[in-house]
Amino acid sequence: MNAREKVIEVRGLRNQFGDQVVHDNLDLDVYRGEILGVVGGSGSGKSVLLRSIIGLNRPNGGKIALLGQDMIDVSDARRAEIERRCGVLFQNGALFSSLSVEDNVMVPMREHFDLPFALMQRLAALKLNLTGLPAEAGAKYPAQLSGGMVKRAAMARAIALDPDILFLDEPTAGLDPIGAAAFDQLILTLRESLGLTVFMITHDLDTLYTICDRVAVISQKRVLVADTLARVERFDDPWVQDYFQGPRGRSAEHVAELAADRSEHTSKSIAAVATATTGTH
Amino acid sequence: MTSSASPSAGTATLERVGNAERLVASGDWTLAFAKALSDRIAVLKRTLAAGTRIDVSAIGRIDTAGARLLLDLAEPASIDGLGVERRALLDAVAGAQIVVPAAEKRDAGLVEVFARTGEAVEKIARDSYGLLGFIGLILATLARLALHPRRWRVTSLVFHLEQTGLDAVPIVVLLNFLVGAVVAFLGATVLKDFGASVFAVDLIGYSFLREFGVLLTAILIAGRSGSAFTAQIGSMKAGEEIDALRTLGLDPIEVLVLPRVLALLIALPALTFLAMLAGIVGGAVVCVLSLDISPTMFISRLHDLGLTRHFWVGMSKAPLFAFLISAIGCLEGFKVSGSAESVGTHTTSSVVQSIFVAILVDALAAIFYMKIHL
Repeated sequence: MNAREKVIEVRGLRNQFGDQVVHDNLDLDVYRGEILGVVGGSGSGKSVLLRSIIGLNRPNGGKIALLGQDMIDVSDARRAEIERRCGVLFQNGALFSSLSVEDNVMVPMREHFDLPFALMQRLAALKLNLTGLPAEAGAKYPAQLSGGMVKRAAMARAIALDPDILFLDEPTAGLDPIGAAAFDQLILTLRESLGLTVFMITHDLDTLYTICDRVAVISQKRVLVADTLARVERFDDPWVQDYFQGPRGRSAEHVAELAADRSEHTSKSIAAVATATTGTH
Repeated sequence: MTSSASPSAGTATLERVGNAERLVASGDWTLAFAKALSDRIAVLKRTLAAGTRIDVSAIGRIDTAGARLLLDLAEPASIDGLGVERRALLDAVAGAQIVVPAAEKRDAGLVEVFARTGEAVEKIARDSYGLLGFIGLILATLARLALHPRRWRVTSLVFHLEQTGLDAVPIVVLLNFLVGAVVAFLGATVLKDFGASVFAVDLIGYSFLREFGVLLTAILIAGRSGSAFTAQIGSMKAGEEIDALRTLGLDPIEVLVLPRVLALLIALPALTFLAMLAGIVGGAVVCVLSLDISPTMFISRLHDLGLTRHFWVGMSKAPLFAFLISAIGCLEGFKVSGSAESVGTHTTSSVVQSIFVAILVDALAAIFYMKIHL
């Protein structure tokens, strides 16, 4: 595993707000092509970690490297170049409310590249279709969309420039089980077809069991463990044990097994997960 | 996808292999070169014979934009030299349907001008009707509540009194003081030529007691408190707090609107009184310092004018302005829908409407009082 290319490398990260230390000596690696799920209790600093990595929050100490480029001491131009290769899906979508969905997806293309309008429009429509939105959604404004559609539209904007790394902040929060399962499949599909690396904060155990290659647990101000789910589950820590062995963790695991059994019927599996999940919530 | 050392512009060239033509694509087929590529493809498409094979094994990097452009040239089946990864990318892109919405036709003609004018007029009529209805609702609730002192929300009233009244004192006093000084200067400049500088005192007395004190205060309060009412109630509306109030059996008018209206009904007249004083003091300072009118002379001149009725004319407008400003502020708050953007729009609208209504009512009142010889 060490031979694989590290696209995100965090070393000795320290974040502090006033007297409150959020991260202390935090290390984390994310490898190319994987889907990493980040879990942790509320207030454990998952979002702060995400914001530190994408450069929205300047850490108090430590090193962060994205795609091999150190992001702490870096020129603004170089930083912008790297950031262009990252896509971010914010928890509530963060779509620009004064622009239509189509224009939202076109914003990054318009800003960074000189493209003919017709081509941008076709690419925007392509991205919207890839994220599973109906064609007529492009002309709508964010306020006219349902929660699930907002997430999909935000996803389309996040992949507008074909990023290498996709950051997702609780992608399935606030979605119904069917919508959440479909969104999981969407992430998986995009990873397969576009070769994305996905860094995902999630509370959704179903998501962890169905699509994550590795899981990183943030606790006690650092990454406690980052490994495959099977190993993380057996990790000897009371919080980890509670998290995965609690009633919700158990049923999510069960569902994931069910889904895996039926994985040969890929097309049906979304429905299977969805129906099965309905019972767990 | 696969990273190559340095980016090079993507191109496509026709090669002749024996009898058949073959298109060789090379370089980076990415968004960065999409413009040139799409131009090239437009040219190629016209000349390319059907069924021409395309060799893409020399392509450095390719993204969805590049894949889409490649698919504009040919079916996936006639593309050679794709790895597994790229085949997956191409399939995903080919599978996605692209429906570009037809551009909306906008009529920029005279009809559109009339239509918009009509819409605006209709909106004004609807808004006025809505405001009258809301005022009625406030008055009805007020009448109903007057009989039940237990349900008066005294804490809330005091809170809003502090916010809209006490906290506004410094700015209201300062502003009126400055305008008073300016009016004195203006008056003195004009009157000096007639050797009638002392009439500057009359000018200050009349203007501040009758008009400026109350109008300036109302405009300030419309910007300061009317907007705050809209923003407060609007963000509550956006956060479904108003709905929560209703489901708990509470009347939003009673809980949110009445304390604000009553607070402003008390605060605005009090502030107006201070504004009148500040304006006169501002005028007096200028008179004393640069017009050679002594303080004693200023006060005795003011006293001789018999300004009491002008004072009451000015004061009588204060509660009216207070009621209108608070009603508009609260109503705009209730009109907010969902987003934060909507809160901003309605706050702006609230301030514009309140200031407009204040000046309009002031003008009407001026005519009214003139006609009844007050």
